[in-house]
Amino acid sequence: MALFEVKNLTKKFGGLVAVNDISFQIHEGEILGLIGPNGSGKTTTFNCINNFFPITSGDIIFKGQSIKGMKTHKICQLGIGRTFQVVKPLARLSVLDNVTAAAFCRVNSIVEARDVAHEVMEFCNLLAVKDRPAKSLPIGGRKRLEIARALATKPELLLLDETAAGLTPTEVDEAIELIKKIRENGVSILIIEHIMKVIMTMSDRIHAINFGQTIATGTPEEVANNPAVIEAYLGEDYAKG
Amino acid sequence: MKKSSITLLIVGLFLLGFPLAVHSNYYQHLLIITFIWVIIGSSWNLLAGYTGQVSFGHAIFFGVGAYTAGILVTKLGMSAWWGMLFGGFIAMAVALFVGWVCFRLRGPYFALATLAGGEIFRLIATNWEELTDGMVGILIIPTFRSKLPYYYLSLGLAAACIYAIHRIMKSKWGYYFVSIREDQDAAESLGINTTLYKNISLLVSAFFTGLAGAFYMNYMGFIDPEVVFSLHYISIMAILVGIVGGVATIMGPAVGALVMVGLQETFRSSFFGLAPAWVSQGHALVFGLLVIFVIMFLANGIVGDWEKIKRYVLRRKAFRI
Ligand SMILES: Nc1ncnc2c1ncn2[C@@H]1O[C@H](COP(=O)(O)OP(=O)(O)OP(=O)(O)O)[C@@H](O)[C@H]1O
Ligand SMILES: [Mg+2]
Repeated sequence: MALFEVKNLTKKFGGLVAVNDISFQIHEGEILGLIGPNGSGKTTTFNCINNFFPITSGDIIFKGQSIKGMKTHKICQLGIGRTFQVVKPLARLSVLDNVTAAAFCRVNSIVEARDVAHEVMEFCNLLAVKDRPAKSLPIGGRKRLEIARALATKPELLLLDETAAGLTPTEVDEAIELIKKIRENGVSILIIEHIMKVIMTMSDRIHAINFGQTIATGTPEEVANNPAVIEAYLGEDYAKG
Repeated sequence: MKKSSITLLIVGLFLLGFPLAVHSNYYQHLLIITFIWVIIGSSWNLLAGYTGQVSFGHAIFFGVGAYTAGILVTKLGMSAWWGMLFGGFIAMAVALFVGWVCFRLRGPYFALATLAGGEIFRLIATNWEELTDGMVGILIIPTFRSKLPYYYLSLGLAAACIYAIHRIMKSKWGYYFVSIREDQDAAESLGINTTLYKNISLLVSAFFTGLAGAFYMNYMGFIDPEVVFSLHYISIMAILVGIVGGVATIMGPAVGALVMVGLQETFRSSFFGLAPAWVSQGHALVFGLLVIFVIMFLANGIVGDWEKIKRYVLRRKAFRI
């Protein structure tokens, strides 16, 4: 049985069908890449999964249970963590306090929460900046903070929305290492990414969408060679290269 | 010992000893009023400063607490001191309703809803004459002639309120409150039940404010809707106390209460009789100017910007030499 399953998910904004009958599964320990051109409905899919938006139709199953219509905070408590493409730091709080607040998802005392936070900050290479206000971090730090916060809630499934966007090449490599380490710790991952190097090297399988609809699904190789994907997303250059 | 604990100890000892050294009823009275404002300001700060839900309607809880104490006397023949127990809890019950209505709204809309709520409660207290005696108000005979019991009780309540909020802010609740203030959507996605925790913050805030109201009834012996449900003198004053002292700081509202009560009194008494009587009309204007000054130069209030004030004063001294 799959850990997580999206079944015939559809999301309409008025007349616009942002997500149109998408289905995919994620197995335990797996990294699934979600790709598609700008505006194809990737972030909307995330927002449907953790119920920022009520879905129009379809179902979302986590650990054998439908989470459709469940409150956002409940979904996190069940074990689905997420990051935001447009980062949402708790701006005036320190990095430590950001991560500590998230850690309270699983523990009740401040001592335990701080311990979890320190563990996670070390893991995400944030210890050096732990006392700085979140808003003072450069984009790389903010992206790592997004991940650290989500990890502090101890998710079984982590949704990463363009974690590598806006990073320098060195930072991109560090991000890849970090995501690999997260998976080694037994967390399954659904990752949205535009940077091909990241998505192709990380993903076990890739699910490609365009205009809200599935256009291909399979191993990175299969998807990269799929004509529909090449045309819609990767462009001529990649097809030749 | 840390510097801040020493300061606290000195202030504490000073306040404990003050009425023994200064027998003036007048100054004891001013401090009692200040302590009441410490409670209201700190409670407002918990909800607005820490949780980010700016209330323009704290008179609701103050008035409900005060009326609970008064009605216990006039309708049930009990002692108004029971109001110290029931006032806080009835204010919480009212807060549940206020939260249910107002927390559907965010930001400025929430603020406006609480403002409207305050006016509604004032009208209810004015018109529900069978219960409240309307504009006539409620008059009771205070228990003590001396100010001392009131002084120490209000001092104790203010200290307990500050301490409780200090503890809350060092706990899971506190972390959740500030997370909600910083970004409600991010907070939800981190597993925080934002609706629940906003309501918790409101309930705690309402409890202490209601307690302050019940104490006010006991102490002053007289209330009417225009006094305890006043937009000007309660709801807005609560905001001023918070802003001037420093929102989202533990001691800010205490400092703000001292400054604001001091200012109010200075104007009410036309600079203690030294200035012509018409000056007493000017306090609203001065409060307005003060808020503008604080927002422009000390956006974090006196406590929040203490370092800035210190630097400024030191620099001025340096120049003179
Ligand atoms: N809250 C909203 N209300 C109305 N339309 C929306 C809303 N959110 C997204 N959309 C629309 O849904 C479509 C899909 O947007 P989405 O953000 O999911 O794209 P995306 O695949 O994440 O793109 P990108 O790669 O640029 O991040 C777009 O046309 C977008 O304008
Ligand atoms: Mg997106």
